[in-house]
Amino acid sequence: MPGAGTRVERLVRKYTDKLISQGLCSEEAPPLMGGLDADLVWNREDPDQAVLEKVVQGLNINTILLASPAEPYRSILDYLASRVEGGEGTIQPEDSETRTFLHDIPVTRRLDPDRIVAALKRRKNVVVPGKGIVTFGIVSPEQAFIHFSSVCFACFVKFFSDYREDHRKGRVVPAQREAFEKGKAFYGKLIENALAHPLPPEGPYETKEEVLDAMIRTGKATVECGMVDSFFGNISYLLGDTIFISQTTSSLDELQGCIDACPVDGSSTVAITASSEFSVHKEVLTQSGKRAILHGHPRFSVIVSMICDEEDCEFRGRCFTHCPKERFAGDVPIVPGEAGRGPRCISTTLPPPLKKHRAAIVYGHGLFCTGKVGYREAFENLVRIEADNFHRYMEMVGES
Amino acid sequence: MHGWTGKILHLDLTKGTHWVEEPPPEFYEEWIGGKGMAGAYLRDRITLPWDSPEMPLLFLTGPLVGTPSPTAGRWTVASRSPLTGTVCDTSVGGRFGFELKRAGWDGIVVTGKAKDLVGIVVRDDRVEIASAREMEGWETSRVFSAFPPKKGSTAAVGPAAERGVLFAAICTDHHHFSGRGGLGLVMGAKNLKYVHLEGSGKVSLADPGAVAEASRQIYRLAATAPILMGEFGITNFGTQAVFDLMESRRMMPTDNFRQTWFEAARKVNAWSFHQKYDPKKDGCAACRIRCKMVAKDGRSLPEFESLNHFTALLRNADMEAAVEANRVCNETGMDTISAGAVLACYQEVTGKKLSPEEIPALLEDMGYARGEGAELALGAERFAKKRGKPGAAMTVKGLELPAYDPRGAYGMALGYAVSTRGGCHLRAYPISHEILRKPVQTDRFSFAGKARIVKISEDINAAVDSLTACKFLFFAASLEEFAKAFEGVTGLPATAQDLMRAGERFYYHERMMNWWNGFTGEDDDLPERFFKEPGTGGDGIEIEPIDRAEFLKARAAYFKVRGLDPNGIPTREKCRELGLEWKDS
Repeated sequence: MPGAGTRVERLVRKYTDKLISQGLCSEEAPPLMGGLDADLVWNREDPDQAVLEKVVQGLNINTILLASPAEPYRSILDYLASRVEGGEGTIQPEDSETRTFLHDIPVTRRLDPDRIVAALKRRKNVVVPGKGIVTFGIVSPEQAFIHFSSVCFACFVKFFSDYREDHRKGRVVPAQREAFEKGKAFYGKLIENALAHPLPPEGPYETKEEVLDAMIRTGKATVECGMVDSFFGNISYLLGDTIFISQTTSSLDELQGCIDACPVDGSSTVAITASSEFSVHKEVLTQSGKRAILHGHPRFSVIVSMICDEEDCEFRGRCFTHCPKERFAGDVPIVPGEAGRGPRCISTTLPPPLKKHRAAIVYGHGLFCTGKVGYREAFENLVRIEADNFHRYMEMVGES
Repeated sequence: MHGWTGKILHLDLTKGTHWVEEPPPEFYEEWIGGKGMAGAYLRDRITLPWDSPEMPLLFLTGPLVGTPSPTAGRWTVASRSPLTGTVCDTSVGGRFGFELKRAGWDGIVVTGKAKDLVGIVVRDDRVEIASAREMEGWETSRVFSAFPPKKGSTAAVGPAAERGVLFAAICTDHHHFSGRGGLGLVMGAKNLKYVHLEGSGKVSLADPGAVAEASRQIYRLAATAPILMGEFGITNFGTQAVFDLMESRRMMPTDNFRQTWFEAARKVNAWSFHQKYDPKKDGCAACRIRCKMVAKDGRSLPEFESLNHFTALLRNADMEAAVEANRVCNETGMDTISAGAVLACYQEVTGKKLSPEEIPALLEDMGYARGEGAELALGAERFAKKRGKPGAAMTVKGLELPAYDPRGAYGMALGYAVSTRGGCHLRAYPISHEILRKPVQTDRFSFAGKARIVKISEDINAAVDSLTACKFLFFAASLEEFAKAFEGVTGLPATAQDLMRAGERFYYHERMMNWWNGFTGEDDDLPERFFKEPGTGGDGIEIEPIDRAEFLKARAAYFKVRGLDPNGIPTREKCRELGLEWKDS
């Protein structure tokens, strides 16, 4: 891609670079992305371009991405794909992001344009064992990035959830164990780095500028230490009668210009571009005396929240909305609830425990942490709770 | 066949007769319903004058209507627009589509012209053409009061359609409108005052379980979209919820698009309306969002577009004047967007500032085409031209622009320009990604990449309008989930991309029909003002004039992506690729 390029080219470059910088892909196996406006442009030359060009012809899209994920995702993905009967079928993660956005993840054996087109006509991604993930965007290359990172996240969560179950039933197989070792080493290192990460500025923040600066820096730190892939999560702060909150679909590491100032009295509807969890933030911030909330999707908090051995429970299969038990990970409550507003939604289930505790986990979804005055406390909570859940999980599967 | 009833009702008002068409399954698979099916019925007669008795007026549903599929209570009105001369379809809410399907019909095709004013009454398979002579000049609520409340559904026109207002609307069940393009006048030209429907049947589903699962997935997604189900979303504030956003983004059309920010906007925002009118919600059949807001006295609160055009566009900060303006339009049967834009054009052309009392009064004159209102009833373009100030008409292809200033969102600028029915925001609906961040944010001040995005969005929305579902849900869900609903309802295999492909075919078809009526790429343009004058910047946002060279580059890219020639004209090759029958202009 010569020169600075068009905006389409710049976006293609931005998101292929971001896949590497976030550790989702490696420099040794860089992603291949094509962006279209009137014409198709690629981030690099690659023999697989010809196949993808055929895929592009078969779909009404503006971005195509083929990338092999970095370790441990590659081994995890290949293992999960190997469990799909006959090599053609779907992987079915059960975390809330997957249930809501991805639904399931198709697998096809070969990088064959017809098979890829057939899969992508129905779903946002397709996994080709040994090659990686093929996905697309309709509006922007950012969508392809999001789809890719969502598959990595969902498969990671599914793999470790399944592993724990298989371990309990004594049916772990060698390939599974091998992927587990890679995942464990990877995440152990990630946690170590996260605990050593510089903390965000201490609160309280007394001006709009201080608030925005703290939010931007905390968002970046959260992504940098791997507590969330950039697209997931949200962050808010109460200053006077205004809640500052990250916008829906904004990336926590790119919050500049993506924070809404929403009056607490509801006299403006500008919060329609704010995070979908605005109501939760508002209730907690205005009723608890706390001023900061940081929400991420750290993986072992999500995994631990989904572990339950009550096999004959009448709510099995509906745990994410119906679980009636009072559950904790350490001192952190785990609550059911879906996105949105209603009795089984997190707008109802999450605020009560979050007002009372330093944090709360939403089943299969993510971790919400609070700070009395600022983000230092919320960030520390996020990292430490995730570290605890990582170790908690490892103990469950007999690892130290 | 599942989903569709397999029957289309044809009425010839000249002869006073009707007959039943039973199209083969292939017809349904090819044209789906709504917008797509409208093309099938219009293509052979689209070059006729809009008021020719042979010009069909279509009332069409889609396969999802009357089923548990979310927001599938919508329906389509289509014909040739009296205002623009383009092909024109509008997606309408209420119960009408639901009743039509339950009565056993996928659509109604009306041709001919009755000698005197008539109404059509359909109760299941009983069809009657009834005299409506006594309803001459009746306003719409009076027509509705002639039918038992809460029984069936009625679509009616008001005096505007009888007096030749070029943007006359069709009003359904008090609060739902086919506004854009003046299709109410086509109804008036046929001497048709109303269509009343009562249905008692059920729509057959191929796989009810699959429909239920698709619905669950769609509603789960809807719950994640603040614009839909959020505390400040349209489920609680109606479409007025968007108003504050336009103000904060400095793209609120103000003073006939001479400015892009209204200093009194916060006095007339959604919250202020809720404080003053404490509205209750209304909506389409089987919809959970329910975006209509109705004041305690029964008057509809203006929707976002109407609100902007009766406040900021006129520099009016009086809420009651806006509600009354909206009521007058609904009663006389006029498109609120066009009516508001015509008043703004009038203010610019004459230099008169209308008082809060004068706004509804002049609208009433417009609706009855009397006094100065008769001149305004011709629309902004004809009025401004007649008064020697054509630059004051903020229109594309003769259709008055809605409430997003194109200088503040370039995808919207391109979308307005290339829309097949003229200045319309709903064909490409770029506000979704340029403002509401759905599915992701795009740079609103750049044309880069927008040609393809606009084209793809038009394809998607053409599919949505053929299904006939609600576009609002697509702020959250996508055709991926709706394809599952379609499969569950009809039993026919379908993917998101299959539906998009169908949408592409329907949209190209419209482009062909417009070409047959003399429209070319030259008509895909914006008023000069947007290229010459800046908007009202502030809060760190600059609203520059649109760079014309960049706009033309994006338009040329759009023609290429859409498969048109460099002059924006359909090609035989693309036509063949899409499976459309070629016909020279």
